[in-house]
Amino acid sequence: MTETMPIRLKVNGEAVSALVEPRQHLADFLRLHLQLTGTHVGCEHGVCGACTVRMNGDIVRGCLTLAVQADGAEIETIEGLSESGEIADIQAAFHRRNALQCGFCTPGMLVTTSELLACIDRVPTREEVRSYLSGNYCRCTGYQAIVDAIVEVAVARRSGSDT
Amino acid sequence: MTLTKYDRPNSYIGSRVPRPNITRLMAGRGKYIDDKSLPRMLHVVFVRSPFAHARIVSIDATAALAVEGVASVLTGRDIVDVVSPWVGVLTHLSGMRSPPQPCVATDTARWQGEPVAMVLASSRAIAEDAATLVDVDYDPLDAVCDMEEALEPRSPLIHPGYDSNLCWERKVEAGDVDAAFADPANTVVERSFDFGRHTGVTLEPRGCVCEYDPAEDRMTMHYSGQAPHMIQVVLAKHLGIPEGRVRVISDDVGGSFGIKVHTYGDEIAVAGAAKLLKRPVKFAADRLESFQSDIHAREHRVRVKAAINGEGLLQALDVDDITGIGPYSVYPRSSGIEGNQVINLTGAPYRIPAYRGRLRVVFQNKVPTCQYRAVGHPIAMAIMEGVMDELAKATGCDPAELRRINLVPDDAYPHVSAQGMKFADLSHQKCLAKLLDLMDYEALKQERDRLRGRGVYRGIGIVSMVEVTNPSPMFYGVGGAPIAAQDGASARLDASGALHVASSITEQGQGTDAMLAQIAADGFGVDLDMVHVKTGDTAVVPYGGGTWASRGAGIGGEAMLQACKALKAQVLEAAAAVLQAKPGALDIFRGAVTDLDGTERMTLADLARMVYYRGNELPAGLSPEFIATRHYKVSDVPFVFTNGAMASYVEVDTDTGIVKLLKHWVVEDVGTIINEQLVDEQIRGGVVQGIGGALYEECVYSDDGQLLNASMADYLVPMSVEMPDIEIAHVMTPTSTSELGAKGAGEAGTAGAPGAIMNAVNDALAPLGCSISKMPMSPERILRALGTVD
Repeated sequence: MTETMPIRLKVNGEAVSALVEPRQHLADFLRLHLQLTGTHVGCEHGVCGACTVRMNGDIVRGCLTLAVQADGAEIETIEGLSESGEIADIQAAFHRRNALQCGFCTPGMLVTTSELLACIDRVPTREEVRSYLSGNYCRCTGYQAIVDAIVEVAVARRSGSDT
Repeated sequence: MTLTKYDRPNSYIGSRVPRPNITRLMAGRGKYIDDKSLPRMLHVVFVRSPFAHARIVSIDATAALAVEGVASVLTGRDIVDVVSPWVGVLTHLSGMRSPPQPCVATDTARWQGEPVAMVLASSRAIAEDAATLVDVDYDPLDAVCDMEEALEPRSPLIHPGYDSNLCWERKVEAGDVDAAFADPANTVVERSFDFGRHTGVTLEPRGCVCEYDPAEDRMTMHYSGQAPHMIQVVLAKHLGIPEGRVRVISDDVGGSFGIKVHTYGDEIAVAGAAKLLKRPVKFAADRLESFQSDIHAREHRVRVKAAINGEGLLQALDVDDITGIGPYSVYPRSSGIEGNQVINLTGAPYRIPAYRGRLRVVFQNKVPTCQYRAVGHPIAMAIMEGVMDELAKATGCDPAELRRINLVPDDAYPHVSAQGMKFADLSHQKCLAKLLDLMDYEALKQERDRLRGRGVYRGIGIVSMVEVTNPSPMFYGVGGAPIAAQDGASARLDASGALHVASSITEQGQGTDAMLAQIAADGFGVDLDMVHVKTGDTAVVPYGGGTWASRGAGIGGEAMLQACKALKAQVLEAAAAVLQAKPGALDIFRGAVTDLDGTERMTLADLARMVYYRGNELPAGLSPEFIATRHYKVSDVPFVFTNGAMASYVEVDTDTGIVKLLKHWVVEDVGTIINEQLVDEQIRGGVVQGIGGALYEECVYSDDGQLLNASMADYLVPMSVEMPDIEIAHVMTPTSTSELGAKGAGEAGTAGAPGAIMNAVNDALAPLGCSISKMPMSPERILRALGTVD
């Protein structure tokens, strides 16, 4: 076994410290050390997006980020985002539109969606949504229902903020 | 659409209710295979052959065993002592052969990626470290990769003792094909097609966790798959454990598409290791080994010849298909079904008096191929529809009109094709008419023609199609495979008035549990939130086949309807005794026993509590059974076919060769629709997988059998930005083989889309005088077709 290094970070608001191998990526750290198994590992090449989590407010690939790089960071995973209620409207729209089938890509898809809706100050076009989601693969749905759900939330959030 | 008995108020069958069981998946609370962890569990990493064909001279595991945390290294020779080899042939595919296959190679590795040894350690990372230290001495042999060269007399042989690399050959002939081709009054066209290999790329890779209890000789496998009872038989038979002592559990499955319905040597070897080491063992494939070990699919080269007479009516069809399947026919479903479907189903939507087909299934040193979503249909539909467009071009007939006059009429069923396939309750004419209306065919043609004048090359592609669903025992059971064609369902009322149902079909995301809950709620008479569904555990659910071949709703759904109706009759019998009424004068509605006019008499909870807790209050002699089980199989016909029509509208960039998908339309007849949203999403997802095969996805091999693009960065799957919106409409012709009337919906999208895209691309290329007949239609291949690159 290779030498371990100490890290301290916040995960979903809780302080965590651990000894990790420098080669261990963040997704494996979350899954193996913290049993936060909602972060999924689909390719470990940074392509599929199933491991997407939030680090210091930005989305990152959990498989391309080493756990040691998260030392001192604030990490938010699907479990934290669900329990805080922050993405409840996105989850409800995904449910209504059946924007998931097997659900394996869904945590990453939801984390990416939360960033898309946070960083655009208007309702995105379907093409913009499709383009933004290109780093998140879904093999089940064909994407249309996901695009429908995201546009629906964007519209609802705009009308909510206008009133 | 005409009203059915399911159209009454509060009916769940036919309503678009959201799936009850997916909110936990959205919250990161799914239970996929790699989320499972057991005390003392070992992690396995397989040492896989780096050569496509090589003799294994020796294996030295000394250095690997010295790594801290490594518990064991097992070779094929160790594993073969606890797992017997299998043979993947079906007896009804007459003449098919395939040699015994060990789950881990013993003497010879026959594809790059075949397991050669397994390293078991306390973590996946340590096992990976140690796997690199396993010293395997290989003696490389000539690899046989091209399927036509594999059949040449001078080709190296993959299996000693076989006189050639042929796995199976089948010929079919009906009617006078040669006379039709020789008739000068007929128009005859001929085309050849190439279909590349692709694979399923389930976003959750394959895997399993096995635990063995030596005290009771019990094996439990947690697996990510579609057919728990089939795997139960495989484990029992090949590990020598009584079947009743083997339990297979399938929790959440992260995509399957047929990839996870087969017997994989690595997964069964994990059970063998668990038995040998008496510790739980986990295997979770990484993406590289998924590409190297998940079954691949397709890889066909097909020549098709067709004739029409002066009225444009089809007279004869000749199909010659060669398909490469890797070194073994996959156990137990065999690798012959795909090609067999091509031969059986090409031309199925049309009246064709004369037919000749030849299929050759060939061994090669590549990853084994087997049944993947739509099994053979994408080939059968694409080649027929490609030829239909060729005939239209040759005669100046409109492609839609040529289809219309050749389709089997909607009032002509039952119909038997020249190949002997039996069709009933289909609606080709209605579907095509609805499709042309939906897409506004005439306006679209005008737009295409107008843009051509401006150097914009757009094309329209149309497909009429069938899909095998709801298979009877004639699919596998008749051929000796331990695969149930029937499914079971049980329904049980608990003391709170909740309905607990279990089914042998499985959930991989298509909405199985939701569909079962809707049928159960409807069939018994409770609200949806009072239904609790259990699937995917051989220790708990009734016996049955699982979810594949678009059979879940049609077979598992019918069993559930009958079980719930039977339970309802039993409950009403008890209620009638308690209420001093006649059972026929009572009904169950929204959780209560009612009069036929809906007047509530007592709640199910009150009745159940009386029966379970205060049986002394029941009339003498009344002994209620609040559980019922029913099984169902299709017995009238070998398969219940669905049909549909599909169209694609594309634009080809002649500078880059890139195909832009503008729009896709589907009209599908799946019989009774239980949940239109779920059906539509099955169709959309299926279409997109078909688009993947048509435009992007290919397992690229070197001449010596090295898979060159075994990563998601190199193997292209459809991304959201490239996909079109897909518009869907339905024609509903319930199957007369069941009360529910549901046919399958899971595969049709994949079956029809590749042909529609290819025809659309060729329609776009037509004014430039070129065409393409090789999938995937990559930019490079389109530029080659255009002659702009060599």
